[in-house]
Amino acid sequence: MTATQAPPKQDSARQARAVGSDRSKAENRLGQKLVAPAVVLMLLVTAYPMLQALYLSMFRYRLTAPDDREFIWFSNYATVLTDRLFWQDTWNTLLIMVVTVAIELVIGFAFAMVMHRVVFARGVVRTSILIPYGIITVVSAFAWQFAFSLNNGFVNSWVPFIEDNFNWFGDHWPAMFAIMVSEIWKTTPFMALLLLAGLSQVSEDMLEAAKVDGATWWQRLTKVILPNMRAAIMVAVLFRALDAYRIFDNIFVMTKGAQDTESVSFLTYRQSIEQVQLGLGSALSVLLFLSVLLLAWGIVKVFRVDLAQARGEG
Amino acid sequence: MAGNTNKTTAGTWVGFVLILVWCLLPVAWIISLSFKGPGETGAGSAQFLPKDPTFQNYRDILGIGSVTPGQEATAGDFIDALRNSFFISLIATVLAVIFATLAAYAIARLEFKGKRVVLTMALAIAMFPVVALVGPLFDMWRTVGLFNTWPGLIIPYMTFTLPLAIWTLSAFFREIPWEMEQAAQVDGATSWQAFRKVIVPLAAPGVFTAAILTFFFAWNEFVLAISLTSTTGSRTVPAQLSFFVGPDPFNPPYGTLAAASVVVTVPIIVIVLLFQRKIVAGLTSGAVKG
Repeated sequence: MTATQAPPKQDSARQARAVGSDRSKAENRLGQKLVAPAVVLMLLVTAYPMLQALYLSMFRYRLTAPDDREFIWFSNYATVLTDRLFWQDTWNTLLIMVVTVAIELVIGFAFAMVMHRVVFARGVVRTSILIPYGIITVVSAFAWQFAFSLNNGFVNSWVPFIEDNFNWFGDHWPAMFAIMVSEIWKTTPFMALLLLAGLSQVSEDMLEAAKVDGATWWQRLTKVILPNMRAAIMVAVLFRALDAYRIFDNIFVMTKGAQDTESVSFLTYRQSIEQVQLGLGSALSVLLFLSVLLLAWGIVKVFRVDLAQARGEG
Repeated sequence: MAGNTNKTTAGTWVGFVLILVWCLLPVAWIISLSFKGPGETGAGSAQFLPKDPTFQNYRDILGIGSVTPGQEATAGDFIDALRNSFFISLIATVLAVIFATLAAYAIARLEFKGKRVVLTMALAIAMFPVVALVGPLFDMWRTVGLFNTWPGLIIPYMTFTLPLAIWTLSAFFREIPWEMEQAAQVDGATSWQAFRKVIVPLAAPGVFTAAILTFFFAWNEFVLAISLTSTTGSRTVPAQLSFFVGPDPFNPPYGTLAAASVVVTVPIIVIVLLFQRKIVAGLTSGAVKG
């Protein structure tokens, strides 16, 4: 997708201005009308419930005891922020995010390099790499849970130095490890595809020139390829990091949060749906939303991700 | 020089094999499990391939032929969930793609106030933690009677797939040479003919790609599916799978779950096989280039 940016929209805008303001006004109105249904839907299903959550978070409100509903200001937030479980879950989520994204970046880059080079059977590789992407997360979580299973999984018998009767889900770290494996398996292909797209934008001429100048493989990688892929890498990291921070399905299926493997999303779900603590759950929702915003802002700031440039607008 | 080239080729081959193993091993594992009988999924039988392959798990989940005693309800529930998943995903996809096409056309082709706002909003929603909406949506849906209904899932699915669809489509639409429409009109076509004969064929692949990606999302979605449904009247497959319990709560029904997983995965694999090129183009244009 490296086609030239010859946006016809600019031509038509220029024409519109030349013809007169009536036409540009009409274009303005038509444009707004066309985006209106999508915008209304997005506001209705995200912005409105979010405001609702903000409101509910100030109440003591449990569905099983609706008459006890009482306005309590920010007590719910105080309850959450002083709870050990909340911090344990936040730590788990951050850890899963950092570890999986880092590993995916390395493996995904290696996969992208291979896919970029492969001349034979290109279709085979591309098709297989889409399979983990397409498989539903719940199924992949079951596949890995069964693979790590003490009773009939193959991991214990295949991996050296692991006892045949080792229970992966019996302790915190092994369970976290199994969850991360399933997450990495499922989403590395997505990372690899994004990086492949970035890789194909690195000019072959520059690489050839570096080769002629005697640059080693490592120098070519760190001095030519990576700097030129910066935008693609940063966008991939941003997307995957925020996605990993929402981790829920794998944990729900594999451990149900046992062995302290709960994520913030899981805690929010448990409070809101299983325990119908709508007030407390809403406070968690708001905190989750704020932490994702903070995270996005942090990643954009620290890594100077230029989204406009990545989109080809810069 | 030649030695170096050979080394890279060998490296590429090794990488090629590694990618295949990576992608297919867990799939092979779940397929293998789905053909194992209860004796082979019990404790202490850790071999990868089934010793004595059986179709019993498939019979149990699809309700064909004789069903294992105690599993009578499994097939009915599973087929209900498949039906729910298919129609909910399909309806959400069609509606989301229509809305996204209108929006993407406007974004790619027209100048209007608020264009950047729309794009930024779509991006923000794409990164939104869906679970943050679960509580309020649960409360709202109960009040307005959408809890445990098809529209109750279709509406949020449309919303959460709109950003991806809008980004993918506007990337595609930006590359359509719209001047060809005028050229056709100059050549004597009516504007409707020009649109239908020139623009529609050029836009169709992009629309189709957006539809596949949207369908994948809806087929995969889990958080909302378990939070906003309560019976098999609207529960989708991912949610239903997590409710599969055998007679023994400490020993999950490995075989049945594996067989159900295979059945759910087959349509996805078929779609991937058929439209591999389009999906790659859509994923990367939506995310990297947008």
